[in-house]
Amino acid sequence: MLLKGGITVSGNRCKRKEILEIIENDARLNAEQIAAMLDMAEDEVVRIIKEMEEEKIIAGYFTVINWDKVGEEKGSAIIEVKITPQRDLGFDAVAMRICRFPEVKTVRLMSGAYDLVVYIEGQTMREVAAFVTQKLAPLEHVLSTATHFVLKTYKLQGTLVEEDGEEDRRLMITP
Amino acid sequence: MTNTTDWKAKINPLVLGIQPSGIRRFFDLVAEMKGVISLGVGEPDFVTPWHIREACMYSLEKGYTMYTSNHGLLELREAIARNIAAACGVAYNPRHEILITVGVSEGLDLAVRTILCPGDEVLIPEPSYVSYAPVTIMAGAKPVFLKTSAENGFRINAAMVEKAITPKTKALILCNPNNPTGATLDRKHLLEIAEVVRAHDLIFISDEIYGRLTYVGEHTCVPSLPGMRDRTILLDGFSKAYAMTGWRVGYAAGAQDFIAAMTKIHQYTMLCAPVTAQAAALEALRNGESGMKKMVDQYNRRRRLVIKAFHEMGLPCGEPRGAFYAFPDIRSTGLSSEDFAQQLLQEEKVAVVPGNAFGEQGEGFVRCSYSASINDLTEAFKRMNSFVRRRARKGQVLTFSPGKSGIKKEDICQTM
Repeated sequence: MLLKGGITVSGNRCKRKEILEIIENDARLNAEQIAAMLDMAEDEVVRIIKEMEEEKIIAGYFTVINWDKVGEEKGSAIIEVKITPQRDLGFDAVAMRICRFPEVKTVRLMSGAYDLVVYIEGQTMREVAAFVTQKLAPLEHVLSTATHFVLKTYKLQGTLVEEDGEEDRRLMITP
Repeated sequence: MTNTTDWKAKINPLVLGIQPSGIRRFFDLVAEMKGVISLGVGEPDFVTPWHIREACMYSLEKGYTMYTSNHGLLELREAIARNIAAACGVAYNPRHEILITVGVSEGLDLAVRTILCPGDEVLIPEPSYVSYAPVTIMAGAKPVFLKTSAENGFRINAAMVEKAITPKTKALILCNPNNPTGATLDRKHLLEIAEVVRAHDLIFISDEIYGRLTYVGEHTCVPSLPGMRDRTILLDGFSKAYAMTGWRVGYAAGAQDFIAAMTKIHQYTMLCAPVTAQAAALEALRNGESGMKKMVDQYNRRRRLVIKAFHEMGLPCGEPRGAFYAFPDIRSTGLSSEDFAQQLLQEEKVAVVPGNAFGEQGEGFVRCSYSASINDLTEAFKRMNSFVRRRARKGQVLTFSPGKSGIKKEDICQTM
């Protein structure tokens, strides 16, 4: 099957995957650079990225920040949440209610001892604790929560954030 | 009392006669500068994958701190034999036909010393890796260069090999894909070259360290060609594909007679490759394939970026099909390789390697390694572009004859 510009479905899928692999590691690369790296036309890269944004395959562009180094107090926690699934809706309706709080950064449905894992960030530990006790725990269908405060971050989004990361230690010129 | 002994006179004339690597001279210059983006590095910019480093640490915890057999760990040799069989369809007996070496560099030295007698001639493409000629000379033999150029894509062919053969010719050394040009030889051309090698009963020393880094077409392993297995000494290793340069571990594979003779030299000079590096290499072969392929994919993307950058800069550059080097033609700037590299470094703080470091056929070119991050490559090419444009404004072009060692004033003519 042909898509616009004579590209096959499988060819398009392959190009999508390659573009995603590139911007997953560095979202700052522009379409011109990506086009050169994949031997594609720049407007084709722009079109494919737009398609993937519309389909929510690309859900957003973020910066990996190690807030520990900014010097501001910032509290974050991982909360295990047990909930009662609802008829016809399962876990989704409650999960979506939790997602809508701006403090909540990540929500995932899990197998095992609890149902949802919720990652939240607040300005202080007190704010995080207040969110759990006042907003999350009292929600209808939430049976229990277990809160684990983050003490230190070592690796974030696949990136080492410690100072002794892996620098380029190569000699400047080698044969 | 003053010591007037001329110690230099006591040094082996063969060693005295060898020039230090041109790369070394340039290295000293670069080392003095700050803020340099280097495209002069002949090794991966990736750190060795963690699972390989972790396996090495585990081997230390388990007490692997001793000598191994001269041949190397049998488990590693078996894994290498399986790997070669799967990749090239060539079977080697891991007990007698594979030797673990301290990188391909040691493998090359062993191969050369094993087969060469004083007076023998060895065919070596030029430009090529800096070690081939010196190790040949140190073995008392004579390098005979097969001069390639941009016009033939820096590729040797059967006719060139045939023409250079004399009754003294003993071997051909070939690095495919090539360092510094990134040129590759496809199966058809290798078959034709192999036919000449067989017809003249030569030995083929095949350095395939960049074999896994082939981006266009498929890499052809020389011993897989008809009638070539037993007359080829295959040299390969883990440095480039698995980002393990500092581990210094490679291997030689070949007929039992060659490997036994090479092992004799190895056992008296090196004894064995470091056991920790061998343990790491074993892990690389067992579990490193997918990580290695991801690195190769990244090199390939950078390679395309580099081709485009040189095109936009107006510097002709043949498509590099393997390794991680591009070899652009800088003759239009009116500068020699060394002047280009030196002035680019001083004015724009970008380091490249002068092409003549790889033989006189490299004059008029520079080697740019794309084993660098996209950010560094983008910035380096931006700076290089400014440099080239400034030179273009000066309006000088060079009419250049490959092979000339220097640039003469009369070679420079004014453009419009």
